[in-house]
Amino acid sequence: MANADKSDTAQKDQSMVIQKRMIADHFKRLEKAPETKEPVVYTFVPGNLTELIRSFDCLPLLPEINALQSGMRGKSRDYIAEAERIGHSEDVCTYVKCDVGMLKAGNIGPTGTKLPEPDLLLLSYTGCYTFMKWFELLREEYKCPTVFLQIPYQGDGTLAPEHRQYIIDQIKESVIPALEKISGKKYDEEKLRHYLALSAQAEDDLVAVLNSAKNKPSPIDSYFGGVYYVGPIFSAFRGTQDGVDYYRALRKEVEDRVERGEGPVTPDGPLDDQKYRLVVEGPPNWTNFREFWRMFADESAVAVASTYTKVGGTYDYGFRHDPNDPLGTLADYCGGCYTNINLPGRIDMLVDYIREFEADGFIINSVKSCNSFSAGQLMILREVEKRSGVPGAFIESDLVDPRYFSAANIKNRLESYLQMLEARRQGA
Amino acid sequence: MTRSQIVDWALSLYEDLDFYQARQWASETPSGKAVGHLPVYAPREVIHASKMLPVGIYGGGDQVEIIRGDAFYQSYICHIPRSVVELCQAGNFDFLSGVLFPSTCDVIRNLSGMWQLLKPEQYVRYVDLPQIGDPQLGSKFWGQEIRTLVRDLGEISGSPANEDQLRESVALFNESRQLIRALYEKRSKEPWRIPTEELYLLMRAGEIAPVEIFNEKLRTYLAAADEGDYPVKDRSRVVVAGAFCEQPPLGLIKTIERAGCYIVDDDFLVGNRLLLSDVSLDGSVVDNLARSFFSDSEKTSVLYESDPEGKKKLMKARVDAVNADGIIFAAPSFCDPALLDRPMLRKGAEENNIPCIAFKYAENTGQFQQFREQAGTFSDSIKLWGGQ
Repeated sequence: MANADKSDTAQKDQSMVIQKRMIADHFKRLEKAPETKEPVVYTFVPGNLTELIRSFDCLPLLPEINALQSGMRGKSRDYIAEAERIGHSEDVCTYVKCDVGMLKAGNIGPTGTKLPEPDLLLLSYTGCYTFMKWFELLREEYKCPTVFLQIPYQGDGTLAPEHRQYIIDQIKESVIPALEKISGKKYDEEKLRHYLALSAQAEDDLVAVLNSAKNKPSPIDSYFGGVYYVGPIFSAFRGTQDGVDYYRALRKEVEDRVERGEGPVTPDGPLDDQKYRLVVEGPPNWTNFREFWRMFADESAVAVASTYTKVGGTYDYGFRHDPNDPLGTLADYCGGCYTNINLPGRIDMLVDYIREFEADGFIINSVKSCNSFSAGQLMILREVEKRSGVPGAFIESDLVDPRYFSAANIKNRLESYLQMLEARRQGA
Repeated sequence: MTRSQIVDWALSLYEDLDFYQARQWASETPSGKAVGHLPVYAPREVIHASKMLPVGIYGGGDQVEIIRGDAFYQSYICHIPRSVVELCQAGNFDFLSGVLFPSTCDVIRNLSGMWQLLKPEQYVRYVDLPQIGDPQLGSKFWGQEIRTLVRDLGEISGSPANEDQLRESVALFNESRQLIRALYEKRSKEPWRIPTEELYLLMRAGEIAPVEIFNEKLRTYLAAADEGDYPVKDRSRVVVAGAFCEQPPLGLIKTIERAGCYIVDDDFLVGNRLLLSDVSLDGSVVDNLARSFFSDSEKTSVLYESDPEGKKKLMKARVDAVNADGIIFAAPSFCDPALLDRPMLRKGAEENNIPCIAFKYAENTGQFQQFREQAGTFSDSIKLWGGQ
């Protein structure tokens, strides 16, 4: 690793700079929505119907993204405290409390701009029970229409045909009419197809980027860097030319690094000398994101694959939005998001990643807030170890509650784990 | 059988974590099999129509020391899956041929996947309850889900349920729900006649006993409850809300009542009365069962509330229905459905000047002093100042 400059000024890829501009532009547009009369649709990352929303010229806004951004910008502590002060339990999801606290504090978004109120809450109920309560809570505040899209869980490991049809029926009978109502526009299937085709282009490039981690050294960090890479496609930019351009530029940037035999850019510089290739399960901690990343980079550990980067779609398993089947493809997309896949399926995915990316180990970051991810992770740990023959490590933190990030504990555990991997390697 | 004998019978089932009696009953069914289900709601009629014994799985309460279960869950996850896994690892559920996991929360959902690995020989089904507000689309979906269960359970039992068998089972469960409603109604009118401790034990027994036996016991108990004189105590009438999945220890229920409250409504084991009226026996019983879920079912935190005013109105409606004085929000620690719902429900109650208190418990909570003090003070404050 380059001589580590531990200043607060992090080094960034050019793609990160582009993304920052895209996000800032989007939030500016959101801020002006009350004047421009562009309808705003709040929805969730897993199972988001961004292409459909955009086909009605509506703007998507994702509360999870706001919450994680608030966490990264050091604002979540106060927001959570405010939510707990008004009666929200300390036991529940901190994304929800961060969002509620932000709302109570004036709804100033992560980029410092005022967030518009929603014209519609599109509750894409995909892979997370808490989503349901989250929008029930927001509905009480905003008094706006809410449309519920139930995505059946893949309890048997696949999206059953009748479940796929159920999703399509709901999109036709509930979601589209709700969007028509708030936008005053009729459903335009050709426009949707166009956006879906743009999505597929971006998805091809994203998969190429994620698969580049099979190289040694890996040109990307698929967890800490990965959350930036999936940012646009998980949020507001699927189905946009901006999204296509971003992923083309990102792919070029990564392919150039492969040619030069370079590693990813971490907050403290390039990580070319990679001692440990890891697979990571679970969402990151956002309040101490850079510090968390540094703990890995300082040990020359790089994440070559992660499951969190699949919560907004499992593109690396072949899924692409298909313009030839616009509603069916949206159903397939929703059903296949990572947290909608059953536990054995999640285990299969981790084992596949360890093998395909030739990982030395895997780490589970178990977050207190998220039962959808966390319940069962100790069993995942044992099963993946058993099937892959690779030892795993288990660390605990939270999404956006800084009270649950214990740097010393995490660092200790990570270092011990990597020492164990090293000893194992020496022994072998 | 006397009233106290029925309560003793129910207590023996409650304490029987080896499921000795359930195994016996399962062996007496035409298939000789049993199928379990987790909280909150599963269509038990379908298991019964498939000639198997439905068995509710509610964890180990305060009777089981958790050793292996803790190795499966982090400290911030509720208690019920730990004791369920503990019992599972000890072989207590080996007599089951399958287990249904209703869409109660993400913990129960993920437990379904764990079960597939822990018990590969058992049938495992995640039962996705319909959440949408559209009754036509929702009941079509739910009807398909029930039909899938009918098919799968028929394969397990070797005795696929036909329309007549489904009708017969639904009729028995209709009767069961009528009796449960009658018992709840009687308790709300004369809570001094029906201590909640007894009502609760009966409800727990109903999760294990064959419906025919359970109905018979309920009929006898209801008749006996009218007999004799019971002193009417100066207690506050409270609704207990939030305890629908992980169950409170029996000691906690007793503590609330002994601290000066009559529990006049609760959501313990709410799945057994989720359908509020009889399922029609005319035409397709599966379609009727599916439609009932939409047309007339109990509100619960595990289901989406499509009425924007629904959460706000719910607790007032529940309090008014049983003429209660206040609400005790009693939720298990780390229970997402109950704890995420609580601010909305409490706000609605407080806007209507309904006194409320809230606390958390775990199924194995062993110390009740704090609850006694809290419930006692609450009851006193209602009596003295109307809870203000």
